[in-house]
Amino acid sequence: MTEARKPRLGVFKFASCDGCQLSILDCEDELLAITGAVDIGDFREASSAVLEGPYDLSLVEGSVTTAHDAQRIKEIRAQSKALVTIGACATAGGIQALKNFGNVDEYRRVVYARPEYIESLATSTAIADHVPVDFELRGCPISKVQLLEALSAFLQGRAPNLPNESVCIECKRRGTVCVLVAHGTPCLGPVTQAGCGAICPAFNRGCYGCFGPQGTPNTASLTAELKTLGMAPPAVQRLFRTFNANAPAFKAASEAAVAEAKAP
Amino acid sequence: MDTLKVGDRRVLERHDFPSLFRALQAKGYQVVGPTVRDGAIVYDQLSGVDDLPVGWTDRQEAGKYRLERRKDEALFGYTVGPFSWKKFLYPSHERLWTASRDGPSFVITPEPVDGPPLAFLGMRACELAGVSVQDRVFMGGPYVDPGYAARRRKVLRIAVQCGQAGGTCFCVSMGTGPGVQEGADLIVTEVLEGKRHYFLVQVGSSEGAAVLSDVPLKAAAPDDPAKADAIVSRAAASMGRALDTDGIHDLLLKNLEHPRWEIVARRCLSCTNCTMVCPTCFCSNQEEVPDLAVEKVERWRRWDSCFNLGLTEMHGQAVRKTNLSRYRQWLTHKLASWHDQFGTSGCVGCGRCITWCPVGIDLTEEVAAIRTVPPAPATSEGKK
Ligand code: SF4
Ligand code: SF4
Ligand code: SF4
Repeated sequence: MTEARKPRLGVFKFASCDGCQLSILDCEDELLAITGAVDIGDFREASSAVLEGPYDLSLVEGSVTTAHDAQRIKEIRAQSKALVTIGACATAGGIQALKNFGNVDEYRRVVYARPEYIESLATSTAIADHVPVDFELRGCPISKVQLLEALSAFLQGRAPNLPNESVCIECKRRGTVCVLVAHGTPCLGPVTQAGCGAICPAFNRGCYGCFGPQGTPNTASLTAELKTLGMAPPAVQRLFRTFNANAPAFKAASEAAVAEAKAP
Repeated sequence: MDTLKVGDRRVLERHDFPSLFRALQAKGYQVVGPTVRDGAIVYDQLSGVDDLPVGWTDRQEAGKYRLERRKDEALFGYTVGPFSWKKFLYPSHERLWTASRDGPSFVITPEPVDGPPLAFLGMRACELAGVSVQDRVFMGGPYVDPGYAARRRKVLRIAVQCGQAGGTCFCVSMGTGPGVQEGADLIVTEVLEGKRHYFLVQVGSSEGAAVLSDVPLKAAAPDDPAKADAIVSRAAASMGRALDTDGIHDLLLKNLEHPRWEIVARRCLSCTNCTMVCPTCFCSNQEEVPDLAVEKVERWRRWDSCFNLGLTEMHGQAVRKTNLSRYRQWLTHKLASWHDQFGTSGCVGCGRCITWCPVGIDLTEEVAAIRTVPPAPATSEGKK
């Protein structure tokens, strides 16, 4: 009797810090179960052994910042039955998408001694801006629990149970006192998707928005509240321009703040 | 020591208050109640009087909560905080059962409900009402929630009548407080008079009487009941909010297209805070969490909210897609269709949803706005 072929997993990296791939290796207790359930075809952070595609599941970390990236993601997509982006870079363009709001030629000249060696697109964009994506894992970095849920959902042929609710619900479930209401601390939790477990408010900090916009983010209303708390438009702009600066809802919110700062 | 009966009143001096803790602990109760943490008064396990918010009070308005020092050393000189007793009876995250493979079949092991009986110290009148609303939800029909019921039946309720109301309180409008009418095992009123600090304790049940048998008590003075009434009246006169409930069921359900819904929806963040802090909101989701090899599956129940898209998701799409439909669902259920479903209002007037809404949406203000007749839609003629 021949054993059924195990699904083949590929893990690919684009412009990123490797932190999300490390979250996979961080699944210490479950790592054996994962390697028992899938053949790891390509995961260079973990092993130099490479199995050729096609892949049943590809996890893609990082954003598209070069013409070569834009080509390579198409090839990976063509070799992948299912493609899941992991982390804020792959899902929204990452912190490097701040360049979308500036002049890249200028940076290149200021930062590099030989700017002509640097080949880079003017933008950092999400994988979904280039190829169809089956599921997004949010976060900077992703959550190990969410990763395992997405993996087991894929292996079991079901939809991942990862709701697009707000960070606030996680604060309340874990019993954190709201830093916005009780301390007047600016917090992006109401417009940010759950998944981190509401870590920052539990340490008396406002949410930084690592998991990107929640299902129905009302950034205009939160911005009005942030102003009541004493935040000037440039500060609101900076708050929305971090790891998910290029996610459409956060991008619109930071641009609205810029427009307001400029208004006479 | 004389045997206490339901309705009896006694005096407990402040310096004897620790003996109430000792009596509860000796009877096997885990005492939970108010304590200061992270800038708010929350309910947690207490080991003694020093854990209480001695000398603290809270100032509350829509979207704002601040702790402040009192001029005295009151133990219960605050109103209600962000977390209600709900979290003890209906945990925010609970494993209900585990299923394991057993050859071609599987075995289900229900989660045991254990833990010591809890003594809820410092329940406000509106909170007693809140628990009884949830009792109807979880235990009132033919299908009783076993975990809730097991925990609930072991709870000792020590109520403390309010001597002041908070900025967002409206229990008077909802008929739930500030005086405690029923449902408590002990009813305590804190009296601070110059240098004297004592508690008037009224027995509400035989369980309450049993706890008091080891507590040093004095006879109540003839004017003590009147003093307690005056304290409660003072709270009643200082309500921060009011809600006109006259005809509220039809008012809301016949105004589903009122323009006010659109206005509040522009402010609402769909963040779920109002439902999380509400002592009566009971929505949950249940999910199976399998291990990677599908040898074992756990069923978890977590607090959910009508403000989440996922609550109405069917076939991959949410039924209530807009903030408007979700806020309207919440308010109409709470104040109108709850009556049809459970025979009571879903609101006890605690004001938490007003205080803990990050943008300060106030249901009393929304209802008042819906009471005003909307302007007739402009006709093409009127426009000109
Ligand atoms: S601390 Fe932030 S995330 Fe938590 S409930 Fe408050 S606003 Fe929401
Ligand atoms: S609806 Fe608001 S005021 Fe009414 S019981 Fe719930 S939290 Fe309290
Ligand atoms: S009413 Fe307030 S607390 Fe409730 S979901 Fe809307 S913004 Fe959040």
